[in-house]
Amino acid sequence: MLQEVLQYFFSGVTNGAIYAVIALGFTMLFGTTGLINFAQGEFVMLGALGLITLWKGLDLPLWLAFVLSTAGVAATGLLLERLAIRTVRKPHPIVLVIITIGASILLKGIAMLAWGKDARSAPPFSRHPPLEVAGATLLSQSIWIIVIVVLVVLALQAFYRKSLTGKAMQACAINQKAALLIGIPSERMTLLAFALSAGMGGIGGILVAPVTMSSYDMGMLLGLKGFCAAMLGGLGSSWGAVLGGMLLGILEALGVGLFSSSLKDAIAFFLLLGILYLRPSGILGEKAVHRF
Amino acid sequence: MRQTESRWMVTLVLCAAVMLGMAHSHAWAKEPYRIGGVFSITGASSFLGDPEKKSMEMAIEEINARGGIDGHLLEAVIYDDEGDPTKAVLNATKLISKDNVIAIIGPSLTPTTLAIVPMVEKEKIPLISCAAGIKITEPVKPFVFKTAQSDVLAVNAIYSHMKKGKLQKIGIITVANAFGESGQEQLNAQAAKYGIEIVQSESFGAKDTDMTAQLTKLRSANPQAIVCWGTNPGPAVISKNIQQMNMKMPLYQSHGVASPKFLELAGDAAEGTYLPTGKILVTGQLAEGDPQKPVLQHYVQEFEKKYQMPVSGFGGYAYDAVHILAKALPGTEGNKEKIRDSLEKVRGLVGVTGTFNFSPTDHNGLGEDAFVMVQIQKGNWKLLEK
Amino acid sequence: MRQFTFAAAILALGLTVSQSYHLQLLTFIGIHTLLALGLNMLMGYAGQISLGHAAFYGLGAYGTGILTVHWGFSPWAGLPLTLALTFVVAFLVALPMLKLSGYYLGMGTLGFGMIAFVVFREWSSLTGGDSGLVGIPALDVGGVSLSSGKAGYFLVWACVLLAFFACERVVDSRVGRALRAIHDSERAAAAMGIDTSRLKVWVFVFSALLASLAGFLYAHLVTFISPNSFDFLVSVRIVTMVVIGGMASIWGSLLGAAVLTILPEWLHVFTDYEMVVYGLILMTIMIFLPQGLTRGILDIHERSKRKDTAASSAPRS
Repeated sequence: MLQEVLQYFFSGVTNGAIYAVIALGFTMLFGTTGLINFAQGEFVMLGALGLITLWKGLDLPLWLAFVLSTAGVAATGLLLERLAIRTVRKPHPIVLVIITIGASILLKGIAMLAWGKDARSAPPFSRHPPLEVAGATLLSQSIWIIVIVVLVVLALQAFYRKSLTGKAMQACAINQKAALLIGIPSERMTLLAFALSAGMGGIGGILVAPVTMSSYDMGMLLGLKGFCAAMLGGLGSSWGAVLGGMLLGILEALGVGLFSSSLKDAIAFFLLLGILYLRPSGILGEKAVHRF
Repeated sequence: MRQTESRWMVTLVLCAAVMLGMAHSHAWAKEPYRIGGVFSITGASSFLGDPEKKSMEMAIEEINARGGIDGHLLEAVIYDDEGDPTKAVLNATKLISKDNVIAIIGPSLTPTTLAIVPMVEKEKIPLISCAAGIKITEPVKPFVFKTAQSDVLAVNAIYSHMKKGKLQKIGIITVANAFGESGQEQLNAQAAKYGIEIVQSESFGAKDTDMTAQLTKLRSANPQAIVCWGTNPGPAVISKNIQQMNMKMPLYQSHGVASPKFLELAGDAAEGTYLPTGKILVTGQLAEGDPQKPVLQHYVQEFEKKYQMPVSGFGGYAYDAVHILAKALPGTEGNKEKIRDSLEKVRGLVGVTGTFNFSPTDHNGLGEDAFVMVQIQKGNWKLLEK
Repeated sequence: MRQFTFAAAILALGLTVSQSYHLQLLTFIGIHTLLALGLNMLMGYAGQISLGHAAFYGLGAYGTGILTVHWGFSPWAGLPLTLALTFVVAFLVALPMLKLSGYYLGMGTLGFGMIAFVVFREWSSLTGGDSGLVGIPALDVGGVSLSSGKAGYFLVWACVLLAFFACERVVDSRVGRALRAIHDSERAAAAMGIDTSRLKVWVFVFSALLASLAGFLYAHLVTFISPNSFDFLVSVRIVTMVVIGGMASIWGSLLGAAVLTILPEWLHVFTDYEMVVYGLILMTIMIFLPQGLTRGILDIHERSKRKDTAASSAPRS
């Protein structure tokens, strides 16, 4: 029994770490701009397909493919902000949400034309044999995923705490008008937040590519899971996103293991609703009221 | 004498030319028969709909190249339902009321087919579905036929193979959609007949990224073999996960993965996997006497030449549907009730999927021979002995 | 007066359109209008989002489907039962849910939608599971079948007309003013003595009932339902209809539903490029007409009128 529970735990943590990176993208964009980007899942898809093309198709070294793919997705995020979000007069949050839904359909359509309808697969980052822990197997890719996610979170924390730009972004998150008054270029911060959050989605995609099969329509589900994780942890909180992602991943795996795999989504969402009922602004979120 | 002879010749040639021309212009003058097609060309099931659309167009070209039917050429009107039942209904209405088709081929999926069944029954339009669900033709509905093998045949093929290998305790993992649900039903229903016990039953979402949790649960029930029922890419993830978790029991996949894409996605994790498939994947390995061999060779060659892409078993459903219709059409003058009646009389039609023998009680018409068992060996399909 | 013109337009359209494809399309537009209208009351007037409205749509469809297929009810007897069921479920969901606000409410309703979807899919002994529920009877009145294109059209649009009427009454009433007050500021509304939480619950239930009615009509017109018609994407599509058409605009719901139903049909000509074009159109509408089509078209109209008058009053040389 212990062996199985441990295995569920490993599986949950692996998926959870991926949800966490995606949730980080959601939460940092929300923190700076108050916007939820429904095209986040499409950034994940672009990251995954980009990596496969660069790494396997063009035979670039893994690190270079990783960097280029992340940068490419970040640039796409930048374009989205510049071409679509910025141009709206009198932006109402729900209007921006619909624009991002439009953008997600557009990106999906472009990806279908570029990569075709078929799925693609990628090998794991390294060919190490899986680790045996008390009878449960821990894959090398899982270790890669967890290590990279931890590094990303630490880097993000350092960025927010140590660098001037990071502090400026925090200031925008707290009060955009006040930030503008003390001379922070909030427009540039918004742009940066878009690029960073898209890049975060891209990293999520890169990490998930070797685990699963990647295709143009993989983004919706992953985006949805990331959104749930971000909400669960509390929007605007980086640690909340990590916690939410992990919790969601583990709940799903345990739902499969201890109850039924056909009901796993229902079980996970039921528990999420319970948590939201007790903490209406997420576990680590601050009380904030936004209306439509 | 010479002159008269040559004059006769000229007259004869002229007469023949006029007659041929008349026959020809007669052929052109006849209204073409319009055949509707509804497939999931885009969306999650495009792996079915896309080759189906292409195969339907190809089959219609073939028949037109032979001069059509009773002098009528065939004309295809094809719409995309994106796998959405509501869109399938709209498309079928459009085909019936706007395009005045005499028969419909498709849709690709069980739910989309079932959504338009009430309409074609009411409007009395023959429908030849390309979906597998058993609910489509059982109970028999007068105007509804289908070309895809029912899952029960695939399950029989798998279970017969297991019985030979003396495997009795199995675990199953099925995808959470209509295809997986139908597979799960049949796996449960047929198990007792083959003395097989299902010790653990799991399911996975079509877009799930990782199935190790389900496999852990399966493993803890100690099955002698695992059956996975799904369509790409999920089953490829399962093959990979099974390899990673070092599970040694034999793995059976369903015919839902029977395309070269699966070999590419699962890579070496697919080695040793058993699956039932239409004969198309092993055309070259079929015995010379197999009646399907020439049909398959022709189809594979033409499809790959025309579309420059590897062939899968799915396009054959639409290809066969057109040829079945073409066999039923002569003498009906496009009358839908007559087409229906004559569809029921189609016997011994050798198609890509199998040999069709329709009857008033069987609107699928396929026998056990529609499936063969193959094993994946060295990255390729290997036909197994019956 | 407006109601009368609308009724006349429905009648005229129903009498002139004879091709069943167009009738079918109009019928689906009607069903989608009901969905958008309900959600618009919730989003546009009360300022609460729901990303799980397809659940109520499905509840209506599966409620009546199960009653008629498994338990032999007539559809007309099934209708009040289905609506009552929706009422109870919506009420029970709304009570805890409306404690949430903004995106958290979106998340909560999304979760509810997901759970409902899993129930539709997994309770296969009743719902028919993934391959769907077959054999739902068509509606009839006194032995006259309403399954033909025309009858279906009139039935659905009669429901839309009634719903429009009801919504206009609500919007113009005390309740409507209270709702708009909640939309602008919940705290201020509460300070004015409006029982905000009770009102929000009632609007939620009302919009769920409209969605359920739409589901009932869908089930009996198509006579087949499967879970995929009620999944998350459908919820998102309803929200999109509301916003594209124009929030807090009853006519916007009609416009939004019409555009989002017809557009994909037209875009089929683009085959593989369909998604790209569709996404671009959605984005363009929202970028240039952020108030939605209704407001946007009115604005353009007014601007051109102003220009016209300016042009005509300008001295000619």
